[in-house]
Amino acid sequence: MKRTYMLLAVFALAGLMVFSGAQNAFAAPTIKIGVAGAHTGDLASYGLPSVNAAKLVVKNINDKGGINGQKVELVIEDDQCKPELATNAAAKLVSAKVVAVIGHICSGATKAALGIYKDSKIVTISPSATNPPLTQSGEYPNFFRTIAPDDAQAKLAATFLAKTLKLKKIAVLHDKGDYGKGFAELVKQYAEEYGVQVPLFEGINPGAPDYSAVVNKISNAKVDGVVWGGYHPEASKLVQQMKDKGMNIPFISDDGVKDNTFIEVAGKYAEGVYATGPTDTSTNALAIKAIEEHKKTFGTEPGAFFLNAYAATQALLNAIEKAGSTDYNKIVAALKSNYVDTPLGHISFDQKGDIIGFGFSVYQVKNGVFVELK
Amino acid sequence: MEYFLKLFLSGTAKGSIYALIALGYTMVYGIIQLINFAHGEIYMIGGFTALILGGFFFSNSMPVWLVLLFSVLLSIIYASAFGYTIEKIAYRPLRGKPRLSALISAIGVSIVLQNFVLLAQTEKFMPFPSYLPEFSWLQPYKEYINSTQLIILGVTAIIMVFLTLLIKFTRIGKAMRATAQDMHMAQLVGVDVNQVISVTFIIGSSLAAIGGVLICSYMGQINYYIGFVAGIKAFVAAVLGGIGSIPGAVLGSFILGWTESLGTGYISSDYEDAFAFVILIVILLIKPDGILGRTQRQKV
Repeated sequence: MKRTYMLLAVFALAGLMVFSGAQNAFAAPTIKIGVAGAHTGDLASYGLPSVNAAKLVVKNINDKGGINGQKVELVIEDDQCKPELATNAAAKLVSAKVVAVIGHICSGATKAALGIYKDSKIVTISPSATNPPLTQSGEYPNFFRTIAPDDAQAKLAATFLAKTLKLKKIAVLHDKGDYGKGFAELVKQYAEEYGVQVPLFEGINPGAPDYSAVVNKISNAKVDGVVWGGYHPEASKLVQQMKDKGMNIPFISDDGVKDNTFIEVAGKYAEGVYATGPTDTSTNALAIKAIEEHKKTFGTEPGAFFLNAYAATQALLNAIEKAGSTDYNKIVAALKSNYVDTPLGHISFDQKGDIIGFGFSVYQVKNGVFVELK
Repeated sequence: MEYFLKLFLSGTAKGSIYALIALGYTMVYGIIQLINFAHGEIYMIGGFTALILGGFFFSNSMPVWLVLLFSVLLSIIYASAFGYTIEKIAYRPLRGKPRLSALISAIGVSIVLQNFVLLAQTEKFMPFPSYLPEFSWLQPYKEYINSTQLIILGVTAIIMVFLTLLIKFTRIGKAMRATAQDMHMAQLVGVDVNQVISVTFIIGSSLAAIGGVLICSYMGQINYYIGFVAGIKAFVAAVLGGIGSIPGAVLGSFILGWTESLGTGYISSDYEDAFAFVILIVILLIKPDGILGRTQRQKV
């Protein structure tokens, strides 16, 4: 079965090449963009929305006459999110002479393919690979992504408490779970890098009826802020017991708390609590438009990472246009120096290739709703 | 010293929360030697009943103390009905069978009740309104103890005294003690054992319901799973103090609360459960029947 698909894909691809070659025999050569990710297999639902996004953006740009007089053409490769298939896909894209790649989807597959792209000087923009070292190791100067890395949330929380709230000494608590403890450890690490003292770092038992002992401990540590890594049921007990004891220091937490249930349960105690969460795109006009386009063209609601891939393709095409050529160095420079309006917002990339202008935002509970702090 | 006092008081408050639940555990165990694992679920159901009724009464703009009174009374009745029924359906048919059967049946009941509330009510955490008054004279001491904690402590003390008096000085108490000592002999001298056991379950469930209302008011939230966590800790407390003994359950709960609180305060809350179980092991090694437990003689 799999073999048949593969065969079909190869034929389809070959047909596409012949066809497009024939059509463009007298026009300027097309700009080829690869789209790689899981398009079959159990993670296909993560990869297919990106293909749709790339198709929509490319169609829009070709309808307007393409970039610098050249039409854009997509070359689509499946990696099933498997590293060994990702290297195959990458090799195929390289031999198809693509200028850049939108992908891959999974971090592992992305990492496997990146080496090949790097050697062939191909810009790669992933809509979904969140593994921090992909950008932070500095190993892949050709890599960009339109999603915040896994540690961005903790970094944002630490920056916020150190720079905006100007806290000097904080207590960091967590629920001993993977998510909560991971967040707490990173916040502690980044906060300490900013020179914030962390005299108290502890896990508490989720579900316990009473946290007054640990609240006493916080008050005894004389800190000026509390960070909580975990979910909302414990967060609401903690803020309640802190405020009951007359402690009015900032309480900063994560996406697990940025949930309306937290406000419902904690009620008046929720007021003023800070939480980080993904930047809200639901009111972005371009996001609404992109989703509409998807519904019109494909008849369904877009899936995971659709907007990220949409923004990645837009940013890439914009960079090629600004660079005025398909030269690798020029595209990389253009990606880092230009801002683009995308469904994710007004974005660009930093020196390491991480997205600027989209990611996590800090929210605060004001009058019973989470309000994004700008 | 001030820090120690704060931790000690928070341990006391925590201990009285455990004690409210542990009293019901120990009472049932004292009479029929059954660890009623469903006790934590009765406590949760008591809380839920009060939440639903409270919402209803509040929407009819009743004064808070009337709401408290009605919700507590009705949730006691509702929870007792549950306790009575559970005993009849799940435990009575297994009386006289190996003790393990009833224990497994109790675990089964506990799971059934959790899932019943999960399906019939909600899987979400619900806010629990505070039915309890705030004492303004306690305001200056709020760093040490708050009104709800004080009320829980007071209610625990009252219930402990009430149960002790009930068992020592009333007719039904005498019947309970007789049933506890020897069920067959009690039957021979004319004690209606079935009735005594039903009453025991009704009282135990009423205590759980009171605990449910008070503790949920303190936590400010409720969900179908709260009975499990609290039930386990209360069970440890009851064993610590000597299961079957009423003052033992209270003492065990306080020791547990203090250990956890001081352990958290001076060492780390990461090991809160470890402290609780280390103290349990140490005490059981020294006194296998718990601090105030009576040494069981082998019946021949």
